Amino acid sequence: MTDVGFSATRRLILQGAGAVALVGLGNLPFVAPALAAANDKYPEAAFKAKSEADAIKALYGKTAEPSDKVKMDAPEIAENGAVVPVAVTTTLADVTSISFLVSENPVALVASYRIPPGTLPSVANRIKMAKSSNVIVVVEAGGKLYSANKEVKVTVGGCGG
Amino acid sequence: MASTIRVRATSSGETTEVQALIQHPMDSGFVKDSKGEIIPPHFIQQLTFEHDGKNVFVADWGGGVSKDPYVKFTFKGGKKGDELKISWVDNKGATDATTAKIQ
Repeated sequence: MTDVGFSATRRLILQGAGAVALVGLGNLPFVAPALAAANDKYPEAAFKAKSEADAIKALYGKTAEPSDKVKMDAPEIAENGAVVPVAVTTTLADVTSISFLVSENPVALVASYRIPPGTLPSVANRIKMAKSSNVIVVVEAGGKLYSANKEVKVTVGGCGG
Repeated sequence: MASTIRVRATSSGETTEVQALIQHPMDSGFVKDSKGEIIPPHFIQQLTFEHDGKNVFVADWGGGVSKDPYVKFTFKGGKKGDELKISWVDNKGATDATTAKIQ
Protein backbone atom coordinates (compact mmCIF):
# COMPACT_ATOMS: atom_id res chain seq x y z
CA MET A 1 0.00 0.00 0.00
CA THR A 2 2.68 2.40 0.99
CA ASP A 3 4.47 1.53 -2.24
CA VAL A 4 1.46 2.42 -4.36
CA GLY A 5 0.89 5.60 -2.41
CA PHE A 6 4.50 6.54 -2.85
CA SER A 7 4.56 5.91 -6.60
CA ALA A 8 1.30 7.80 -7.09
CA THR A 9 2.78 10.81 -5.32
CA ARG A 10 5.95 10.40 -7.33
CA ARG A 11 3.96 10.34 -10.55
CA LEU A 12 2.14 13.50 -9.56
CA ILE A 13 5.42 15.20 -8.85
CA LEU A 14 6.84 14.04 -12.17
CA GLN A 15 3.77 15.23 -14.05
CA GLY A 16 4.09 18.55 -12.31
CA ALA A 17 7.74 18.78 -13.33
CA GLY A 18 6.79 17.82 -16.88
CA ALA A 19 4.19 20.55 -17.03
CA VAL A 20 6.68 23.12 -15.81
CA ALA A 21 9.19 21.93 -18.41
CA LEU A 22 6.57 22.23 -21.16
CA VAL A 23 5.62 25.71 -20.07
CA GLY A 24 9.31 26.59 -20.12
CA LEU A 25 9.70 25.24 -23.65
CA GLY A 26 6.50 26.91 -24.78
CA ASN A 27 7.97 30.30 -24.04
CA LEU A 28 11.11 29.80 -26.06
CA PRO A 29 9.71 30.01 -29.61
CA PHE A 30 8.31 33.46 -28.89
CA VAL A 31 11.59 34.77 -27.54
CA ALA A 32 13.96 33.22 -30.08
CA PRO A 33 12.59 34.75 -33.33
CA ALA A 34 12.43 38.20 -31.74
CA LEU A 35 16.10 37.97 -30.76
CA ALA A 36 17.09 36.49 -34.11
CA ALA A 37 15.32 39.26 -36.00
CA ALA A 38 17.06 41.93 -33.95
CA ASN A 39 20.48 40.35 -34.47
CA ASP A 40 20.27 39.14 -38.04
CA LYS A 41 21.53 42.32 -39.64
CA TYR A 42 25.04 42.34 -41.08
CA PRO A 43 27.15 44.81 -39.02
CA GLU A 44 28.23 46.93 -42.00
CA ALA A 45 29.75 49.81 -39.99
CA ALA A 46 31.90 47.52 -37.84
CA PHE A 47 33.38 45.97 -40.99
CA LYS A 48 34.34 49.43 -42.28
CA ALA A 49 36.17 50.56 -39.12
CA LYS A 50 39.95 50.81 -39.52
CA SER A 51 41.04 50.31 -35.91
CA GLU A 52 40.07 47.48 -33.59
CA ALA A 53 38.79 49.93 -30.96
CA ASP A 54 36.40 51.54 -33.46
CA ALA A 55 35.30 48.12 -34.73
CA ILE A 56 34.54 46.84 -31.23
CA LYS A 57 32.64 50.03 -30.43
CA ALA A 58 30.63 49.81 -33.68
CA LEU A 59 29.87 46.14 -33.08
CA TYR A 60 29.10 46.12 -29.36
CA GLY A 61 28.92 49.74 -28.22
CA LYS A 62 31.29 49.09 -25.32
CA THR A 63 34.90 48.17 -24.56
CA ALA A 64 36.43 44.80 -23.70
CA GLU A 65 38.53 43.85 -20.70
CA PRO A 66 41.29 41.22 -20.99
CA SER A 67 40.40 37.85 -19.49
CA ASP A 68 42.45 34.68 -19.02
CA LYS A 69 39.22 32.73 -19.48
CA VAL A 70 39.43 33.45 -23.20
CA LYS A 71 41.87 30.97 -24.73
CA MET A 72 43.22 31.71 -28.19
CA ASP A 73 45.08 29.18 -30.28
CA ALA A 74 47.13 30.93 -32.97
CA PRO A 75 50.64 30.29 -34.36
CA GLU A 76 53.66 32.29 -33.08
CA ILE A 77 54.85 32.62 -36.65
CA ALA A 78 52.63 32.40 -39.71
CA GLU A 79 54.54 31.50 -42.84
CA ASN A 80 51.61 32.51 -45.02
CA GLY A 81 49.63 35.56 -43.96
CA ALA A 82 46.86 34.63 -46.38
CA VAL A 83 45.87 31.63 -44.28
CA VAL A 84 46.40 31.91 -40.54
CA PRO A 85 44.47 29.33 -38.49
CA VAL A 86 43.05 30.86 -35.33
CA ALA A 87 40.78 29.13 -32.84
CA VAL A 88 39.23 30.31 -29.62
CA THR A 89 37.48 28.66 -26.74
CA THR A 90 36.30 30.01 -23.41
CA THR A 91 35.07 28.81 -20.03
CA LEU A 92 32.88 31.93 -19.68
CA ALA A 93 29.14 31.27 -19.33
CA ASP A 94 26.30 32.77 -21.40
CA VAL A 95 28.43 33.52 -24.44
CA THR A 96 26.43 35.25 -27.18
CA SER A 97 29.12 36.25 -29.65
CA ILE A 98 32.80 35.78 -30.54
CA SER A 99 34.75 38.15 -32.81
CA PHE A 100 38.21 38.06 -34.41
CA LEU A 101 40.23 41.22 -35.12
CA VAL A 102 43.70 41.95 -36.55
CA SER A 103 45.16 45.32 -35.46
CA GLU A 104 47.36 45.90 -38.52
CA ASN A 105 44.86 44.87 -41.20
CA PRO A 106 43.32 47.68 -43.31
CA VAL A 107 39.98 46.65 -41.81
CA ALA A 108 40.50 45.40 -38.25
CA LEU A 109 37.39 43.25 -37.88
CA VAL A 110 37.75 39.91 -39.65
CA ALA A 111 34.84 37.82 -38.45
CA SER A 112 32.08 37.95 -35.87
CA TYR A 113 30.16 34.84 -34.86
CA ARG A 114 26.81 34.74 -33.09
CA ILE A 115 26.54 31.97 -30.55
CA PRO A 116 22.89 31.13 -29.79
CA PRO A 117 21.98 29.28 -26.57
CA GLY A 118 22.95 25.60 -26.99
CA THR A 119 25.97 26.31 -29.17
CA LEU A 120 29.35 25.86 -27.48
CA PRO A 121 31.60 28.95 -27.11
CA SER A 122 34.33 27.55 -29.33
CA VAL A 123 35.16 28.55 -32.92
CA ALA A 124 37.97 27.77 -35.33
CA ASN A 125 38.55 29.63 -38.60
CA ARG A 126 41.27 30.88 -40.96
CA ILE A 127 42.06 34.55 -41.34
CA LYS A 128 44.23 36.84 -43.47
CA MET A 129 46.98 38.99 -41.98
CA ALA A 130 48.58 41.85 -43.94
CA LYS A 131 51.70 41.75 -41.72
CA SER A 132 52.87 40.87 -38.21
CA SER A 133 50.20 42.05 -35.84
CA ASN A 134 48.24 41.55 -32.69
CA VAL A 135 45.33 39.20 -33.13
CA ILE A 136 42.46 40.03 -30.79
CA VAL A 137 39.54 37.85 -29.83
CA VAL A 138 36.52 39.40 -28.19
CA VAL A 139 33.95 37.27 -26.37
CA GLU A 140 30.58 38.67 -25.39
CA ALA A 141 29.31 36.83 -22.32
CA GLY A 142 26.44 37.84 -20.06
CA GLY A 143 26.33 41.26 -21.74
CA LYS A 144 30.02 42.02 -21.01
CA LEU A 145 33.05 41.91 -23.28
CA TYR A 146 36.21 39.92 -22.60
CA SER A 147 39.28 39.75 -24.80
CA ALA A 148 42.51 37.90 -25.46
CA ASN A 149 45.53 39.09 -27.45
CA LYS A 150 48.33 37.32 -29.22
CA GLU A 151 51.09 38.67 -31.40
CA VAL A 152 51.52 36.67 -34.60
CA LYS A 153 54.58 37.22 -36.76
CA VAL A 154 53.91 36.99 -40.47
CA THR A 155 56.77 36.18 -42.84
CA VAL A 156 54.72 36.59 -46.07
CA GLY A 157 51.80 39.05 -45.95
CA GLY A 158 48.31 38.01 -46.97
CA CYS A 159 47.19 41.26 -48.53
CA GLY A 160 50.14 42.13 -50.75
CA GLY A 161 48.91 40.03 -53.68
CA MET B 1 27.08 23.55 -60.74
CA ALA B 2 28.21 21.66 -57.74
CA SER B 3 27.56 23.34 -54.42
CA THR B 4 30.21 25.73 -53.14
CA ILE B 5 29.57 24.42 -49.64
CA ARG B 6 31.12 21.29 -48.20
CA VAL B 7 29.98 20.33 -44.73
CA ARG B 8 30.80 17.57 -42.32
CA ALA B 9 28.52 17.37 -39.30
CA THR B 10 29.22 14.58 -36.84
CA SER B 11 27.06 13.73 -33.84
CA SER B 12 28.76 12.37 -30.73
CA GLY B 13 25.40 11.72 -29.04
CA GLU B 14 25.16 14.89 -26.97
CA THR B 15 26.78 17.38 -29.32
CA THR B 16 27.25 17.84 -33.04
CA GLU B 17 30.56 19.09 -34.44
CA VAL B 18 30.25 21.00 -37.70
CA GLN B 19 33.06 21.75 -40.12
CA ALA B 20 32.37 23.74 -43.25
CA LEU B 21 34.56 24.58 -46.22
CA ILE B 22 33.25 27.01 -48.82
CA GLN B 23 34.62 27.86 -52.25
CA HIS B 24 34.78 31.63 -52.52
CA PRO B 25 37.52 34.09 -53.60
CA MET B 26 37.03 36.28 -50.47
CA ASP B 27 38.65 39.27 -52.19
CA SER B 28 39.18 41.98 -49.59
CA GLY B 29 39.34 44.92 -52.01
CA PHE B 30 42.88 45.81 -50.86
CA VAL B 31 44.85 43.53 -53.18
CA LYS B 32 46.15 44.54 -56.61
CA ASP B 33 46.33 42.18 -59.56
CA SER B 34 49.41 41.64 -61.78
CA LYS B 35 48.55 44.82 -63.76
CA GLY B 36 48.51 46.88 -60.58
CA GLU B 37 44.75 47.29 -60.59
CA ILE B 38 42.75 46.83 -57.42
CA ILE B 39 40.73 43.64 -57.33
CA PRO B 40 37.26 44.80 -56.20
CA PRO B 41 35.92 43.45 -52.91
CA HIS B 42 34.04 40.18 -53.24
CA PHE B 43 33.49 38.27 -50.03
CA ILE B 44 30.85 36.33 -48.13
CA GLN B 45 29.12 38.55 -45.57
CA GLN B 46 26.88 36.14 -43.79
CA LEU B 47 26.91 32.38 -43.35
CA THR B 48 24.05 30.71 -41.48
CA PHE B 49 23.63 27.22 -40.05
CA GLU B 50 20.11 26.09 -39.19
CA HIS B 51 19.06 22.96 -37.33
CA ASP B 52 15.49 22.00 -36.42
CA GLY B 53 14.10 25.39 -37.46
CA LYS B 54 16.50 27.56 -35.52
CA ASN B 55 19.90 29.11 -36.17
CA VAL B 56 22.69 27.30 -34.36
CA PHE B 57 25.49 29.49 -35.71
CA VAL B 58 25.70 32.72 -37.69
CA ALA B 59 28.96 34.06 -39.11
CA ASP B 60 29.37 37.70 -40.15
CA TRP B 61 32.46 37.93 -42.30
CA GLY B 62 34.60 40.71 -43.73
CA GLY B 63 37.25 40.58 -46.45
CA GLY B 64 39.83 39.46 -43.88
CA VAL B 65 38.61 35.87 -43.87
CA SER B 66 40.88 33.60 -45.92
CA LYS B 67 40.02 32.48 -49.45
CA ASP B 68 37.92 29.30 -49.51
CA PRO B 69 36.90 29.87 -45.89
CA TYR B 70 36.81 27.19 -43.22
CA VAL B 71 34.93 27.29 -39.97
CA LYS B 72 34.34 24.81 -37.15
CA PHE B 73 31.88 24.93 -34.26
CA THR B 74 29.87 22.59 -32.01
CA PHE B 75 26.28 22.70 -30.83
CA LYS B 76 24.31 20.69 -28.29
CA GLY B 77 21.76 18.29 -29.76
CA GLY B 78 21.49 17.02 -33.30
CA LYS B 79 20.98 13.34 -34.07
CA LYS B 80 22.39 11.18 -36.81
CA GLY B 81 20.23 11.70 -39.90
CA ASP B 82 19.03 15.18 -38.86
CA GLU B 83 19.25 17.88 -41.47
CA LEU B 84 21.49 20.92 -41.18
CA LYS B 85 20.75 23.81 -43.55
CA ILE B 86 23.65 26.01 -44.56
CA SER B 87 23.42 29.19 -46.62
CA TRP B 88 25.60 32.19 -47.44
CA VAL B 89 25.21 35.58 -49.06
CA ASP B 90 28.10 37.72 -50.34
CA ASN B 91 28.58 41.48 -50.80
CA LYS B 92 27.39 41.25 -54.43
CA GLY B 93 24.14 39.59 -53.39
CA ALA B 94 25.10 36.13 -54.66
CA THR B 95 23.92 33.22 -52.51
CA ASP B 96 24.26 29.49 -52.19
CA ALA B 97 22.64 26.97 -49.90
CA THR B 98 22.84 23.29 -49.15
CA THR B 99 21.46 20.73 -46.75
CA ALA B 100 23.72 18.25 -44.99
CA LYS B 101 22.80 15.16 -43.02
CA ILE B 102 24.34 14.80 -39.57
CA GLN B 103 26.49 11.67 -39.43
